[in-house]
Amino acid sequence: MTGAALAATVRLDRPGFSLDVAIDAAPGEVVAVLGPNGSGKSTLLGVLSGLLVPDSGHVRVGEETVTDVDAGISVPPHRRGVGLLAQQALLFPHMTALANVAFGPRAAGIAKRDAEARALSLIADVLPGLDADEMARRRPSQMSGGQQQRVALARALAPRPGLLLLDEPLAALDVDATPAMRSLLRRVIRDAKQTALLVTHSALDALVLADRVVVLDAGRIVEQGATREVLTKPRTPFTARIAGLDLVPGTACTDGLRTHDGTLVSGLSAEPLVDGDAAVAVFAPSAVSVFRDRPAGSPRNALRVRLAAIEPQGDTVRLRASPPADGPAWLDGLAADVTLAAAAELAVEPGAELWFAVKATEVAVHPAAS
Amino acid sequence: MSVTDDAPQAPPTERKRDRRHERDVALPRWMWVPAVVAFLVIALPVAGLLIEADWARMPELLTSEAALAALRLSLETAAASTVLCILLGGPLAAVLARGRMPGLRTLRSVVLLPLVLPPVVGGLALLYLVGARGLVGEALRLGFGVTVPFTTVAVILAQTFVAMPFLVVSLEGALRTAGERYEAVAATLGASPALTFRRVTVPLVLPGLMSGTVLAFARCLGEFGATITFAGNLQGTTQTLPLLVYLQRETDDAGAIALSLLLVVVAILVIAFARPRNTEGIR
Repeated sequence: MTGAALAATVRLDRPGFSLDVAIDAAPGEVVAVLGPNGSGKSTLLGVLSGLLVPDSGHVRVGEETVTDVDAGISVPPHRRGVGLLAQQALLFPHMTALANVAFGPRAAGIAKRDAEARALSLIADVLPGLDADEMARRRPSQMSGGQQQRVALARALAPRPGLLLLDEPLAALDVDATPAMRSLLRRVIRDAKQTALLVTHSALDALVLADRVVVLDAGRIVEQGATREVLTKPRTPFTARIAGLDLVPGTACTDGLRTHDGTLVSGLSAEPLVDGDAAVAVFAPSAVSVFRDRPAGSPRNALRVRLAAIEPQGDTVRLRASPPADGPAWLDGLAADVTLAAAAELAVEPGAELWFAVKATEVAVHPAAS
Repeated sequence: MSVTDDAPQAPPTERKRDRRHERDVALPRWMWVPAVVAFLVIALPVAGLLIEADWARMPELLTSEAALAALRLSLETAAASTVLCILLGGPLAAVLARGRMPGLRTLRSVVLLPLVLPPVVGGLALLYLVGARGLVGEALRLGFGVTVPFTTVAVILAQTFVAMPFLVVSLEGALRTAGERYEAVAATLGASPALTFRRVTVPLVLPGLMSGTVLAFARCLGEFGATITFAGNLQGTTQTLPLLVYLQRETDDAGAIALSLLLVVVAILVIAFARPRNTEGIR
């Protein structure tokens, strides 16, 4: 694929784990990498940045092949033009903000005065509304966590990397600092057409920042596509969970989906499906009504579950299900969002048996990934 | 957009611990007894020196030719050995902390040997290696006409041998604490390993390097066993202060005490110089 900013096919084996993925990014594209812990996201970033050496495969950044195991090419990290912004800011504690941001350009041989001018304008850019000259003189210990992460972003951008790797850049921030940092990332990464790979756990981050989503599980890509498409029509339980949706796997049938234990989940299919094909039924937790006794009447889908956890979420409460003693495993993790008042009225504790009901019109059936 | 969301805007200064209002929660009362005894074990002998000292003769004793020569030799050789420890032990610590090849654990155990070995044994080992009939010594003598034992060079070698582990151990600890994350970041910013070492690694481990250097220097100053075995006791060439103290003790107690006090003063200066952040542990 010519013209790609990133084209990589890598395989890395270690005891109990193997990473085997092909991933690419067009110039200016932001690709989000989603995946549960241990799915290989960090390993992938390590391989791309050159800190890890894969067992086979190749990595091309821009026009340059930086890794080609067969040809024996392995460009060291500092000559790849691949930047990294991690969870922690990791600003060099013995340098001022200015020296931190100027570090990359200085390493590239740019004269001190020019490097510092570039650094100062980047600092002004990532810390709008603050005195850039004054901030530039501060040491990391004299800045808040959010400010440190902003300066770390400026530092990662300063050498003008061909590819920027963002490793959960918002995960370690205070809740209060996250939205502003997210919109800053949107401005300086997505709007500025900086090619980037974003590892995240958050559907919101992916929606705001990424053009495309790749879902990793156990070292393999299980799902990928345009962000909105993937997150609204998840095909794997993990993606559904990230997207905040409920997902039931099974096979397509006339009225919706039949699970492997024979339960019928009524729903509407958005695309034509052949009976018996692998499929998933997807619905929003907010579409689920919760009852203490089996609901009578209209809802076509009523599922008997055991309440596993109660998770407060602002104005609503998320009730997380687990299978009852004799129930099927796919009930595990299904969520229902109810108002605080409704939760109080139910007056239940984890372990109680409940009924989750969802109208057929709220259930979308999609072809499954596998 | 503003960034006042999460900001303590004023630079937070390092907050001093307010000890006046704190209560001890982890110090059982009985512990004071052994603690005081331990302190006395260290402090009383030094105080004894002060009491026993012949203060009237002090200037004369300290300015004797042998004393001045020994002090000078001690400071010079300790400085030279410390520099050697930094130049050689620094990279060794880096290899031990950052290297990825197998066998490093064995290597580390060998490096620790001088810490547990009696210095006399170290001196003997050096003598048999670099001595006139030693493996390296013979080659040096035949090849270059150089003999090392019983020279100032031998003093420096003996001190380097016993002091090296102090520098390596504290520096390796500092390197491990600092971790490789900053270095990985520097690499992704385009810094070569050499630049990363100079601009990131060294500044980060500077406190550890300082305390290691001070420890090594102090160890060199106090070195006795390996020196007397390998370098002998020749005034002006190999007779360092500890050796002179030992020699004087047989003939002139007052002189030995005066020189001992001189070593105590040097030691206190070394600690005072190094202490502020290095030997008080991590806060």
